Amino acid sequence: MSSRNSLPLLAFAAAGLLGLAVVLALLVAPEDANQGVSQRIFYFHVPIALTAYACFGLGAWKALRLLWVGGERRDLESYTWIHQGTIFGALTLITGSIWAKASWGVWWNWSSNQLVLFLVLFLFYCAYFMLRFSVDEGARRERICAVYALFGVALIPVSFLAIRLASDFIHPTVFTRAGPQMTRTMFMAFLVSWAAITLLAYVMYRVELVGKRTDSNLRELREALS
Amino acid sequence: MSQGQYVALAYGVVLVFVLLWVAIMAAKLSRLQRETADLAEMARGRHSDG
Repeated sequence: MSSRNSLPLLAFAAAGLLGLAVVLALLVAPEDANQGVSQRIFYFHVPIALTAYACFGLGAWKALRLLWVGGERRDLESYTWIHQGTIFGALTLITGSIWAKASWGVWWNWSSNQLVLFLVLFLFYCAYFMLRFSVDEGARRERICAVYALFGVALIPVSFLAIRLASDFIHPTVFTRAGPQMTRTMFMAFLVSWAAITLLAYVMYRVELVGKRTDSNLRELREALS
Repeated sequence: MSQGQYVALAYGVVLVFVLLWVAIMAAKLSRLQRETADLAEMARGRHSDG
């Protein structure tokens, strides 16, 4: 099956998985003994955060490939992944903030390293767009953006590990060396949600990439015809 | 707000984001369709001129 034909199928699969994830998270998974019903935000919040990290990581990988072997298409791919990363990053911050308010009574805590580090990572990649649109299109912009995207990837392990190394306890650590600290049904709901969000991000990436490539091709065509 | 309402708010925000993204993509698709039609018109004009 060609990659072009697979996109609608992937979109339907993402929609189906998302529906299943919502049912599992809200109706099937048992209520958490400590946090109560607000723990159900976990099933979307954590997969969204992991997807944001993955999108930024893939954006940096495409940037590295661009610097290594070149190719205009890699610039567009890196840009699209970073765009997806900021969408899922914004969702991570919003859903995390709602969860914090529901469970601990605060929307935000500036003394919590992991929250602030994720915000720094998010703002770093938001600034990527300012950089991209302040430089003229061409090989120079591709290289500058690639280097910037690569710098940002260093923040991902710092942000990820901060959840484990943080001295405060506002942000829970569910996955430890002993395995996931939840029941089998909860873990199943989490895995389905993770698969659904990852597939959704991939479909969104593919659709955006098609749009951006078509935009670029039309611009070239217009220049050639005028 | 109750805990259940916060859960609904969190899931609602995700849904709104996805719908917003679909709306933005739909607007972009309409623009691309318009631009393609303009270019096709331009190409037809050139073809008939010469």
